[in-house]
Amino acid sequence: MRITRLAATFGALTMALAVAACGGDDSGSDGGSGSGSTASGIVGKAEKDKKLTIGVKADQPGLGLQTGSTYTGFDIEIGKIIAKGLGVDESGITWKTTVSANREPYIQQGQVDIVVATYTINDERKQKVNFGGPYYIAGQDLLVPAASTITGPDQLAGKKVCSVSGSTPAKRIQTDYKDAQLQQFDSYSKCVTALAGGQVDAVTTDDIILAGYASQDQYAGKFKVVGKPFSTEPYGIGVKKEDSAGCTKINDILKAAAADGSYKKAWDDTLGKSGKAAPELDTSKLTNCS
Amino acid sequence: MSTDAVLYDHPGPRARARNRILTVVFGVVLAGLLYWIYHRFDEKGQWAGSLWKPFTQSSTWTDYILPGLQGTLQAAAIAMVLSLAFGILFAVGRLSDHWWVRIPSGVVVEFFRAVPLLLMMFFIFFGIPFVTEKPMSPLWAVVIALTLYNGSVLAEAFRAGVRSVPSGQSEAAYAIGMRKGQVMGQILIPQAARAMLPVIVSQLVVLVKDTALGYIISYSELLQLGVNNVAANFGNVIQAAMVAAVIYIAVNSTLTAVAGWLSRRTRRSGKAPRAPRPAGALVGTAEP
Amino acid sequence: MDVFSDSYNLDVYVTGFLWILKLTAAGTVGALVIGTLLAAMRVSPVPVLRGFGTAWVNIFRNTPLTLIIFFCYFGLYSTLGVTLSDNLELNNYWLGVVGLSVYTAAFVCEAIRSGINTVPAGQAEAARAIGMTFRQTLTLIVLPQAGRAVVAPLGSILIALCKNATIVGTIGLMESSNAMKDLINSNGDKVFTIFFIFAGTFAIVLIPTGYGFGWLANRLAVKR
Repeated sequence: MRITRLAATFGALTMALAVAACGGDDSGSDGGSGSGSTASGIVGKAEKDKKLTIGVKADQPGLGLQTGSTYTGFDIEIGKIIAKGLGVDESGITWKTTVSANREPYIQQGQVDIVVATYTINDERKQKVNFGGPYYIAGQDLLVPAASTITGPDQLAGKKVCSVSGSTPAKRIQTDYKDAQLQQFDSYSKCVTALAGGQVDAVTTDDIILAGYASQDQYAGKFKVVGKPFSTEPYGIGVKKEDSAGCTKINDILKAAAADGSYKKAWDDTLGKSGKAAPELDTSKLTNCS
Repeated sequence: MSTDAVLYDHPGPRARARNRILTVVFGVVLAGLLYWIYHRFDEKGQWAGSLWKPFTQSSTWTDYILPGLQGTLQAAAIAMVLSLAFGILFAVGRLSDHWWVRIPSGVVVEFFRAVPLLLMMFFIFFGIPFVTEKPMSPLWAVVIALTLYNGSVLAEAFRAGVRSVPSGQSEAAYAIGMRKGQVMGQILIPQAARAMLPVIVSQLVVLVKDTALGYIISYSELLQLGVNNVAANFGNVIQAAMVAAVIYIAVNSTLTAVAGWLSRRTRRSGKAPRAPRPAGALVGTAEP
Repeated sequence: MDVFSDSYNLDVYVTGFLWILKLTAAGTVGALVIGTLLAAMRVSPVPVLRGFGTAWVNIFRNTPLTLIIFFCYFGLYSTLGVTLSDNLELNNYWLGVVGLSVYTAAFVCEAIRSGINTVPAGQAEAARAIGMTFRQTLTLIVLPQAGRAVVAPLGSILIALCKNATIVGTIGLMESSNAMKDLINSNGDKVFTIFFIFAGTFAIVLIPTGYGFGWLANRLAVKR
């Protein structure tokens, strides 16, 4: 009896210590009560722990695609560049799947350090998080069969257009191109399947996402991206709202990546395989991180 | 009327001939339909080896399908335990002598039984975080929604079961000096659970199927990993869905078989109170 | 409440529920017809019919409705080429009705079959004794009596059908669940109002319907 009680006390003590250790770790990474200003935000955390948690998409070929336990795509390469710039090895990166709906909460709650997940910078989101970048300027475009005669959104009248339900591209079709018939699914892969089967005439979302699908092996040569974007979607890298130092650092890293060619390499290794030339990273357009 | 054979005479020569003709005609029509489906799928290239090949690679199974199945079973297992607890709690609540327990329990059960599961999941996943300012984990959004819905259906099943226990049972229990809680916990609920076992198990099958709705809020279950993610990699959404359907049917058939076995066992012992006849207003039936 | 004073939002809400009602109405007819036929098959003297009924019930009852609706679009429409309407929205609606019907029919079949089991064997034996055939025994003697016993479980099944109609949203119909998601996305601060209006509408329609079926079942019950 005595031994069990002793063991229990010991166990409780160990747990208490473990909890205390965790707590200490947290407050350090959150900044504020940490040891000086350098320890705050992602810069301090990366320096101290040599670890970074990056939120990415898992189901978008060419951008962020989960294959088993590894992730591949342009967003992933950008994430690696940022991590490297912060002094974190690839082995120190933890990838975490995010979906469109939970990107802001994940950043705000510290479940991820940064988000690189086809994340359009806009004013509504800027209220909640801070954005580094943009590292790419996407635009809403159309994916059509290779033989299609559709050359732009004006020719969608009476046509069947597919997008993800409730998404911004779907909304834009509903409001700006009322004559088109909108088919909505919960994922783009279903839209692309319907396009391959001829049930819809076009799939619409950001051109870069469409290019990712078009360059998949099983669809090679079957589809084309129209190439007339009708919106502007600057992709940013999300960090905590108060972490302007981290945001500035990200922009510095992007500038360096544009200069030394690692940005171009990231493109060529992923989306560049679709034959599209690497875009110029316009460093004058980077956010001011305020 | 337990055997179907009561409905018709032992077939004579003419009936046998007619049955044989029916068998042949229906069999031919059915085979024709199946062949047409096979042929159309073939025309569209859906049997192409490249679309099916991923399922012969072990990595497809270990990377997507098995983790997906694990997610499905995990959510289902947690929700089963919680729904049973929820069901018993609210069944007892609805049978309480105090109106301030009975009425709120009734409102909760009736409300959650009437609200579509999909709305509840959306609300818990997308709505609650606006208030708590904390992300809701997809697992718990699925589990909570499943518990509220299936728990409410089970509460009604338990209540019907308790009502079906002959009143002599509780009278005898009171007579030997048991308290209300003891009568409920030791006499009524165990017998009710036994009487309603088939209903309870078929509701649990419904629960397993309903975990599939979790993919809509990006919970990593069989449809999300085994269909959406596999299709994002290999572009074979139809084939992936077929494989997933077969897995669901296998899992649920096993559960249904267990349900059948349990109900045969209960019936054989002859001691359990009979479930109320379907004509009763209070019947507990599994809701698809 | 002021979310619904906006005419666009109100329109989304009303359209969503109209789709649910239309899906429920057509789905109920389909499920009852197919379900009764399946039940007749399952008790018939022809083995191949019995096997077909059993297979149908085991397949559709054990597959998630989401997948069945998915196959209606990508199997029935996309691959088999069965087009139910030239209008995209109406086509999705009818595909949804097919999915709901074949799924719910499996449950209806099982309810009717257990209803048949409540009819005393003597009834069918007497019918056969006076020379009735299988079809006469079933349609004139057994099913009318079984139908009364089946009202309560059928009620639960049809109420579930109405709630399951929200799953047709996965192939893009703007029914209630998509409507609610849409409104929550654009009015994030009014989540509770929006949810309770949508959920409340279902509750207001379905709870009394449930009690209605209970009352009807009691009234029609065969007193033995």
